[in-house]
Amino acid sequence: MISISGLIGQIFAIALALLLAPVLSGWVGQCRAWFQNRTAPPLLQPYYMLHKLFHKDVVLAHGASSLFRSAPFVVFGCMVLACAIIPALSTDLPLAPAADALALVGVFGLARVFISLAAMDVGTSFGTLGGRREMLVGFLAEPALLMVIFTLAMIAQSTSVTTIVETLAHREFLVFPSLAFAGIAFTMVSLAENARVPVDNPATHLELTMIHEAMILEYSGRHLALIEWAASLKLYAYSCLGLALFFPWGIAEGERFSGLLLAIPMLVLKLAIGGFLLAGIETINAKLRIFRAPEFLGTAFMLAVLGLLVRLMLEGSA
Amino acid sequence: MSTLLPIDILLIAACAWLAIGLAGLVAPGNTRFIAKTLFPLGALVGMLVGLVALGFLGESPETAVLVVGLPDLPFHLRLDNLTAVFAMLLGFTSVGISIYAAGYFRQGQGSAPGVLGLEYHVFLASMLLVLLADDAYAFMVAWESMALSSFLLVTTDHRHEEIRRAGFLYLLIAHVGAIAILLSFGVMTSGSGDYTFAGMRAQHLSPFWASAAYLLALVGFGAKAGLVPIHVWLPEAHPAAPSPVSAMMSGVMLKTAIYGLLRVSFDLLGSDLWWWGVVALAVGLVTALFGVLYSTVQNDMKRLLAYSSIENIGLIVVGIGLTLIFHAYRMEALAALAMTAVLYHCLAHAGFKSLLFLCTGSVLHATKERSLGKLGGLIHRMPWVAWLALAGVIASAGLPPLSGFVSEWLLLQSFLFSPGLPHPWLNMVVPVAAALVALVAALAGFAMVKFFGIIFLGQMREPALKDAHDAGTWEKVGLSWLALLTLLLGILPSTVISRIDAATHQLLGVGLADKLNEQGWWMLAPISPERASYEPLIFLVTIAATLLLGRWLVRRLYHGRVRRTAAWDCGYWFQGPRAQDTAEGFSQPIRRIFDVMFRLEMHLPTARDSKPYYSVKVEDHFWYWLYLPLARLVSAVSGLVTAVQGGRIAVYLLYSFLTLLGLLLVARP
Repeated sequence: MISISGLIGQIFAIALALLLAPVLSGWVGQCRAWFQNRTAPPLLQPYYMLHKLFHKDVVLAHGASSLFRSAPFVVFGCMVLACAIIPALSTDLPLAPAADALALVGVFGLARVFISLAAMDVGTSFGTLGGRREMLVGFLAEPALLMVIFTLAMIAQSTSVTTIVETLAHREFLVFPSLAFAGIAFTMVSLAENARVPVDNPATHLELTMIHEAMILEYSGRHLALIEWAASLKLYAYSCLGLALFFPWGIAEGERFSGLLLAIPMLVLKLAIGGFLLAGIETINAKLRIFRAPEFLGTAFMLAVLGLLVRLMLEGSA
Repeated sequence: MSTLLPIDILLIAACAWLAIGLAGLVAPGNTRFIAKTLFPLGALVGMLVGLVALGFLGESPETAVLVVGLPDLPFHLRLDNLTAVFAMLLGFTSVGISIYAAGYFRQGQGSAPGVLGLEYHVFLASMLLVLLADDAYAFMVAWESMALSSFLLVTTDHRHEEIRRAGFLYLLIAHVGAIAILLSFGVMTSGSGDYTFAGMRAQHLSPFWASAAYLLALVGFGAKAGLVPIHVWLPEAHPAAPSPVSAMMSGVMLKTAIYGLLRVSFDLLGSDLWWWGVVALAVGLVTALFGVLYSTVQNDMKRLLAYSSIENIGLIVVGIGLTLIFHAYRMEALAALAMTAVLYHCLAHAGFKSLLFLCTGSVLHATKERSLGKLGGLIHRMPWVAWLALAGVIASAGLPPLSGFVSEWLLLQSFLFSPGLPHPWLNMVVPVAAALVALVAALAGFAMVKFFGIIFLGQMREPALKDAHDAGTWEKVGLSWLALLTLLLGILPSTVISRIDAATHQLLGVGLADKLNEQGWWMLAPISPERASYEPLIFLVTIAATLLLGRWLVRRLYHGRVRRTAAWDCGYWFQGPRAQDTAEGFSQPIRRIFDVMFRLEMHLPTARDSKPYYSVKVEDHFWYWLYLPLARLVSAVSGLVTAVQGGRIAVYLLYSFLTLLGLLLVARP
């Protein structure tokens, strides 16, 4: 049954995700600025942004329907759920059985469908363009992500995220070659899914290249705030998922609070390194033309399938 | 024997459908009587069928012998758990479709309403009899009645040339399939002359003949289900039919073919070889990928859904293939998992695809338009249809927490076990097939976003759409019923599986119910909670709670002010409906990435064109690879035959005389 400490841990995990996600986005922005020799915005810039946006009136286009107004809340809800079931700090999460890794992919898919539909709702040229491109990225990235999860699920004999993380954290120091393939594929998918260079650029409003920004052009006020927050939650979720899957050390197991005390600084440290590396990747890469993106994601898909094959052929049932 | 057994009730229900159909002939022109009285009665019978079948699940089989039939071969009927699952599917789906049809059929659409009602109810009754049949003769009679009544329904609007052509194609392929099924039954009797299914079960066929029977059944039922390459009738016939008929064909009739395939391969054929499963898996994968790719590039909303049905049938057959493979290696628990995915996807697809087809019917009535390029923005005029269609779209895209995701999840879970197969290369090839399933699922999302986004969102592409109206009350009730089924199948998977598990148990000897009953009803963990679990209700509640809490908090802490103004669109002034993506434009990335899969005819304007125009035509490769060569071959052969066909009666008499002479010579004692 659900224990009290588990429940507290769960609420704490959600609260931490909500608080930490904008900071992570701010940190990546800061690192990017440093890499590019610019003066960095403050770490808490995303918070000021959210605060400002929540205060502003919502300016809706004439053609916006009820779907347009509800989509930000749905997307936000999906991302909160995703953060709730990813074991960032502890594997004792009462909500974790609600959705395993396959359902987690489904959560991201649901959010993507809603945001794409919302983008098509007003009926502007950029909106539909963004929606179409987002679905394009989605249908290429989703199978790759699923294949990464398949490889890991075969190692752990389970699709439950917490079980996978526990298994990987406890394995002998033995490098699975398949994990390397899966890790690279996962990184590539994460870049695409979070609208990062080289697939998309979160800092651009250049018409022909944008994907995510094109979709949310018509949003303003609290809706935009929620979408921005959801976007940083998504980055946080992907980062935590990647860290938990490939660098699972320091995550608390069982129902002890002492484990959490160690887990929090470990998580912050890992996120800081991860964010720094992300900014590095974004700086040394150029944005791809939109029709190079399928090649990029196709490579990710092939790597993930290769990882699966390596797992099946070389590692047997080890 | 005064008690009424479930099989008797189902038989009475079939007769009731026939009687309802015949009652329409009393006043074939009276639309009001037929639509508002007979169709709702049909829906009531459907509800009865669904409830009786649901109640029957888990009981032991019942049989009945009818007095009608051939002199020495009366109709044998049998109700077992497999039949019950599909009868439940038929009953519950037909409730929604019949109620919807009560509001849909109007005067002046080809056939008289009475005739239409007769055909529709004969169609329903014959599908029920297909499920109940327990001998080859009864099965083929019911199967043919189903094909003929649906052919007549497809050609309801027979004044259009293209609809007549679609109907003819459908009839042709249905009969090619029927011949294959008949031959398959013939092989299974193996000359014993016993055409009952019980007799076929008792036969022990050699692997060669068993495989022949299986492959013939795969072709025969595949022709009905729309497996590649005998799928070509499906995207022609579904759009041609009136929407409730399309819904019935796609939602229910395709499942009777799946039922037949399951019946033959797991029940009638005792032996099982692993490569049967590989064949089904490969055909299913090709079908699924083909269907989803073509559905993304369609510009006609009903064709898009028809191709999407091909995709779903493909996924179901993939599941059947996986079940056969596990079954061949006696890994029955895993076979049960894959089989559950198959049955669940049948139920889920019946719900969401009929829902979507009916939604296109409402759009068609409101706008007289089927082409995606002339729709748009209908969520403003038809909010009911739009929001109910969204439920179907999410389920069809295989997204949680609705029905499509559950079966997809089960299918992927069973793929995860395939490395355990004790075969040197199957254990590597089969898991990789999951990659294609994942790609298909993701592409289905693309197709569904296109479907919903182009029809219901954006600006209206034609001025006439301003006059569109929402669906009537009957239609809303029918749509809501199907949306409710989709939701319930989505959030209560354990409850549903523990009911349909009886069929899995019957076919494989094991089921999932014991495992599921160990956990709570809200939790789906077919193997063990550590291995994999999914709790759709908690999933839904978490998202809904966050949504409502977030909304409340934002309004509480800040404000809820809204202003309306023109769209921003980066400041571009031209924001007319033609600035949006067209249906062709939306699918352009797919055409470009998967261009080898399509036969494309494109015309792009150059900079110097005085009258620039753009056109793109996507055609099916199989027409050019398979059907047209076949048609040419047939006409060439018949051209040779015409040499002996002079048209003079004396010559024909001579032929008869010579034949007779020849026979006399040969048959001389």
